Amino acid sequence: MATVSMTINGKQVTGDVEGRTLLVDFLREDQRLTGTHVGCDTSQCGACTVHVDGKAVKSCTMLALQADGAAVTTIEGLADGDVLHPMQEAFREHHGLQCGFCTPGMIMSATALAARNAAPTEADVRHHLEGNLCRCTGYHNIVKAVMAGARAMQA
Amino acid sequence: MPRDDGIGASVRRKEDFRFVTGRGTYTDDINRYGQTYAAFARSPYAHARIDGIDTAAAQAVAGVVAVFTGDDLAAAGVNGLPCGWQIHSKNGEPMAEPGHPPLAQGKARYVGDAVAVVIAETRAAAKAGAEALEIAYTPLAAVASIRAAKAAGAAVFDDIPSNNCYDWELGDRADIDAAIAAAPQTVTLSLVNNRLVPNAMEPRSAIGDYDTATGEHTLFTTSQNPHVIRLLMGAFVLGIPEHKLRVVAPDVGGGFGSKIFHYAEEAVVTWAAAKIRRPVKWTSDRSEAFLTDAHGRDHETTVTLAMDNDGKFLALKVITDANMGAYLSTFAPCVPTYLYATLLAGQYTTPKIFAGVNAWFTNTCPVDAYRGAGRPEATYVVERIVEEAARHLNIDPAELRRRNFISPDAFPYQTPVALEYDSGNYAGTLALATKAIDYDGFKARQAASKAAGKLRGIGFSAYIEACGIAPSAVVGSLGARAGLYESGAVRVHPTGSVTFYTGSHSHGQGHETTFAQVIAERLGVSVENVDVVHGDTSKVQFGMGTYGSRSLAVGGSALSKALDKVEAKAKKIAAHLMEASDADVEFKDGVFTVAGTDKSVAFGDVALTAYVPHNFPHDELEPGLEEQAFYDPKNFTYPAGCHICEVEIDPDTGVIEIANFVAADDFGNIVNPMIVEGQVHGGIAQGVGQALMEGCVYGEDGQLVTGSYMDYCLPRADNLPNFKVSTQVTPCPHNPLGVKGCGEAGAIAAPAAVMNAVTDALRSVGVTKPIDMPATPSKVWAALNGA
Repeated sequence: MATVSMTINGKQVTGDVEGRTLLVDFLREDQRLTGTHVGCDTSQCGACTVHVDGKAVKSCTMLALQADGAAVTTIEGLADGDVLHPMQEAFREHHGLQCGFCTPGMIMSATALAARNAAPTEADVRHHLEGNLCRCTGYHNIVKAVMAGARAMQA
Repeated sequence: MPRDDGIGASVRRKEDFRFVTGRGTYTDDINRYGQTYAAFARSPYAHARIDGIDTAAAQAVAGVVAVFTGDDLAAAGVNGLPCGWQIHSKNGEPMAEPGHPPLAQGKARYVGDAVAVVIAETRAAAKAGAEALEIAYTPLAAVASIRAAKAAGAAVFDDIPSNNCYDWELGDRADIDAAIAAAPQTVTLSLVNNRLVPNAMEPRSAIGDYDTATGEHTLFTTSQNPHVIRLLMGAFVLGIPEHKLRVVAPDVGGGFGSKIFHYAEEAVVTWAAAKIRRPVKWTSDRSEAFLTDAHGRDHETTVTLAMDNDGKFLALKVITDANMGAYLSTFAPCVPTYLYATLLAGQYTTPKIFAGVNAWFTNTCPVDAYRGAGRPEATYVVERIVEEAARHLNIDPAELRRRNFISPDAFPYQTPVALEYDSGNYAGTLALATKAIDYDGFKARQAASKAAGKLRGIGFSAYIEACGIAPSAVVGSLGARAGLYESGAVRVHPTGSVTFYTGSHSHGQGHETTFAQVIAERLGVSVENVDVVHGDTSKVQFGMGTYGSRSLAVGGSALSKALDKVEAKAKKIAAHLMEASDADVEFKDGVFTVAGTDKSVAFGDVALTAYVPHNFPHDELEPGLEEQAFYDPKNFTYPAGCHICEVEIDPDTGVIEIANFVAADDFGNIVNPMIVEGQVHGGIAQGVGQALMEGCVYGEDGQLVTGSYMDYCLPRADNLPNFKVSTQVTPCPHNPLGVKGCGEAGAIAAPAAVMNAVTDALRSVGVTKPIDMPATPSKVWAALNGA
């Protein structure tokens, strides 16, 4: 076991992990932040996407120890209390989710896109979301939501 | 003024706040005090004799609590997983129905078949324990395909040497053969409906818990129908009476059929939790999901359509082989029979239809219902052969369909394949779709594509489905071992807020909003003041769950009936308060009034009176305001419509781009248009996936070749276009809301539309060699280059 420290959603946390512990397992099992989901075992589905030092990262692809000292944001850290982040609001407004399982990863991925591209086109969004699988929506309303959410983030 | 949160409004979903903030509770998010973790040792062989299992090394792994094998379960009296539908072969014999032990006994029959379970303090220890098991296998010859099953060189079950589950038929074969022989025109096609892996994004998970104080078992599970699991597992597998077994299906991350069925892992964790007196949790990883979630489709079919010289359909003959996999999953036998052959009339007046279906056992994962279940396979057969007929006769495919449509004034319409269609207007949805895609402009677009070096094609799919599953007496007579009604209970609280308990289950469909809208419309209560409870057998009295696009048509009808009862009682209370006869009381927008007077009382006051009955008609009524209803449908519902796909193919690479996809659907009345559109989008995406990308492949040795997202091509955002969807309303005449169901339409309609478009594009350059789904670039390129 080794000790790992990081900031999660603005809060300093410390935990003991095995060397093989994935960041996603540290978040879900140790920190009980279960909004970050595990949908595959090949880093393809993106349901586990979080921000590590501002970058969107698939947290199943990173060891917890690699995030030592980092600032991690999960889906639980996006809203301001009960006031939704503009991207969360856009997903709600545009019916960009059905079962909700891929949604946290989609939203975390989308906010990372919007941070570097304030007005993504439909093609930009579709290309960017290549690493996030959804089986419910056919992506139609997710794409709409991300475009609207990115605009709203500028407001 | 209609309510802005009533029927017909695109109310934003009540459930979304928890999902967009990561506060949903899926099964794997739940942990129980003292919980252990289960890992399953699974057969690496498609077919093998289990010569022995040495558990010593596994037991020695640090943290391992217990190891159980199939023999342990058998010794404990655990039964096999039951099949919920019995088909009879044409000779009257019941289908072959082999046992399906939760942990294999004696033989493993597909790669992934659970052989033993290791329970440990941590997930990692459980997995290490499962890997440390020494299982001696003798590999046996595998039957990995329908072709191999028919050849009967090897048998999946020793006592079923033919590998045949049933040989079933519908219709008079000799009569149809004669009609085809006498017909002036015939077309024939051989079609493969490719095997699919459902791929709900949430992997299956199950937690067994046992209360030593009360003797109550609890199973948390990723299910579309917790009451069905309670019935199947409690009554048939584990022998636990209903009052001692609670099944909870909390937030569930997609189902698409794959979470209808009772799976081995559910029974094992429930049994093991009681055995070791600690909770046991299992969560599938994606690799296990590919191996063990029941697969879908996998049909091979030959179809012949006979016509007169004007294209009037005279007879249809369909011969299908269906793959059941290694065991009969819960509803597997009904999929290629009563959910398939009964839909072969499509939207047409074809007077004579014969279907012959053989179902085969193979050493592959069990196959069962997947979004559409039988109806996509039927639509694919009908709409591919109709398009083929149009080309053969050189009649415009839209025109050929119009010539054969059942006319809007012909309903109710008895088809030759058992169903009585209730309502519809097929020319209407065809017209909507052709207008939406600008069918008249297609030739110009095709010419423009040609000028740019591309091939453009257009394809139709005029589909019909039988949903609102199902009238219990009808399905009972056809072999269903359950009723298919739904229940709902409306609990009005003292201050007028409402909780609705439904036996339906939402795993993405938005029940918490749609049902709340129906209640808001009826009682005048805002949707914020209505909560919908589903997915817990300890809260909801009974239910049959969600599949077959049934939630609103059946569960919504139960709600409607319960609301009738609530309204009737509330009217009597209101009449008492207003000192009027209840016959004179009217109820509108949440207010009771007496005709011809200025007397009124609000619904909330009536609710309060029901619970604070100081001034109350005690002689006539009991206090309280809660009503339950069961609804057993009178008929199936028949959503139908027309989808049209336009593709552009790059002949240099074989890459297909969907240039345009339009859907015109008739779902009857619509409660929430936003949700309905979302359902259609998702269904189309799965249908396009089947047509162009997805295909589950087993090697000849029964190894799963497409066992991960690196190998199985699930549609991604940049594989799909936006979809243009629209609806026409022909209300369902036999349920109270007039609704038909919308969940499966896209997956049913889209494959034929896409493949007809691909075929059309290829024919524009004279390539007539058929290609099967998925129409990958390599297949298309090969077809174009004569390879």
